[in-house]
Amino acid sequence: MRSYLNAVRAVVWKDLTAEWRTRENLTAMLVFALLTVLIFNFALELDIQAQESLSAGVLWVTFIFSGTIGLNRSMAAEKDRGCLDGLLLAPVDRSVIYFGKVIGNMIFMLLVEVIILPIYSFLFQVPVFQPGFLLVVLLGSIGYVAVGTLLATMVIQVRTRDILLPILLFPLTLPVVIAAVKASQGFLEFVPISEISTWLNLLVVYDLIFIAVAFMVFDYVVEE
Amino acid sequence: MISVKKLVKRFGPVTVLRELDLEVSPGEFVALLGPNGAGKTTLLRILATLSKPNSGLVEVASFKLPTQAVYVREQLGVVSHLPLLYGDLSAEENLAFYSRLYNVSDSRREQVLGLVGLSARKKDLVRTYSRGMQQRLAIGRAILHSPRILLLDEPHTGLDQEAGEILDKVLREVALEGRTVIMTSHDLVRAADLASRLVVLSKGKIRTSMTRDQFESADLVSIYRGALAGGEVGK
Repeated sequence: MRSYLNAVRAVVWKDLTAEWRTRENLTAMLVFALLTVLIFNFALELDIQAQESLSAGVLWVTFIFSGTIGLNRSMAAEKDRGCLDGLLLAPVDRSVIYFGKVIGNMIFMLLVEVIILPIYSFLFQVPVFQPGFLLVVLLGSIGYVAVGTLLATMVIQVRTRDILLPILLFPLTLPVVIAAVKASQGFLEFVPISEISTWLNLLVVYDLIFIAVAFMVFDYVVEE
Repeated sequence: MISVKKLVKRFGPVTVLRELDLEVSPGEFVALLGPNGAGKTTLLRILATLSKPNSGLVEVASFKLPTQAVYVREQLGVVSHLPLLYGDLSAEENLAFYSRLYNVSDSRREQVLGLVGLSARKKDLVRTYSRGMQQRLAIGRAILHSPRILLLDEPHTGLDQEAGEILDKVLREVALEGRTVIMTSHDLVRAADLASRLVVLSKGKIRTSMTRDQFESADLVSIYRGALAGGEVGK
């Protein structure tokens, strides 16, 4: 178990160190997220009612679009110099690679969210800094990254992987996006927790199921 | 050390390896020769646990593939024409990363950097290295965990004469440590110089196998062509 965790930590450390050098992935995700929030803000500026009712949706569209960029680039880095083979040759359970990449991608996504949330709060005048809302952001991001990392690994060998990833990922993450939007909107409108709990439960169940499924199938996904 | 019996590998309708048999003894340095599409890389990928056979028996270091792949991976070092290294990490960081995956000590890492002659530039990012230096570091990565078997897939691809000679020197040192080495190559002279046995593969089958004392360097090309010409196999 200890060597398993050490190996996961090594994959995370490697991703963070490489990203710290270039900041390519984070910059791309952040700029894209920022532009999306700004464009929606300008587009909805004249309609205050629409802005209030759509703000949670805007936030999640921003997160999933910028997250997709991050997922694509994260796996492309493994493909470029044959590094995925280097990882697959290590005498460790291959789920180590999956969990290492999920944690790395999750850190990148959370960093973008930490920067975007205050800007979004200011532009849309919504109270995002409440524990329930932040929990939804965390659970939604985990679900999205868990599925996204698995799919990004699946399409890594395909020439059109940049296009294929969102085509596969968006339909599959629809439950998590709907649940995250509904729960976020509930918290922003101070709806009683009893009315939001169904969406929160869905998020938790989705996260658990997809992490378990990915753990079981990852070995087959990376097979030639 | 390596035993392959009636190995078949298909990619869709294309059969790449056709009931291939190969035995490699401990400490042998085998050069796998053959034209493009002969199945050399596919064979190496199966031995490296990166690909699964459709049928046949494959044993590496007494472990069966694909069922005991994790144990086989502990015994293997692999070098391909791609370096399998991260360009945005330094040489030291690349080896540190792999040593964590392989549970290898820091002192071994330093020793390997010395062996491949990169101690002085260990702090530099790998993307600033020449192709030859990257390939030497790739060998360092492959031998980091002191594997008993080394699989080399066209390691000289893209190297100039000098870099190739340096790589040869490193490979000889690595082989002298008693490792079993299988190397694919298109360079007959270099393969004959390095290897203790030459194996010619064509259309998924082994056409000829000769130890170093069974041929003269001058006859290499004619032996190779003869092996290919006599090796037509029906579909």
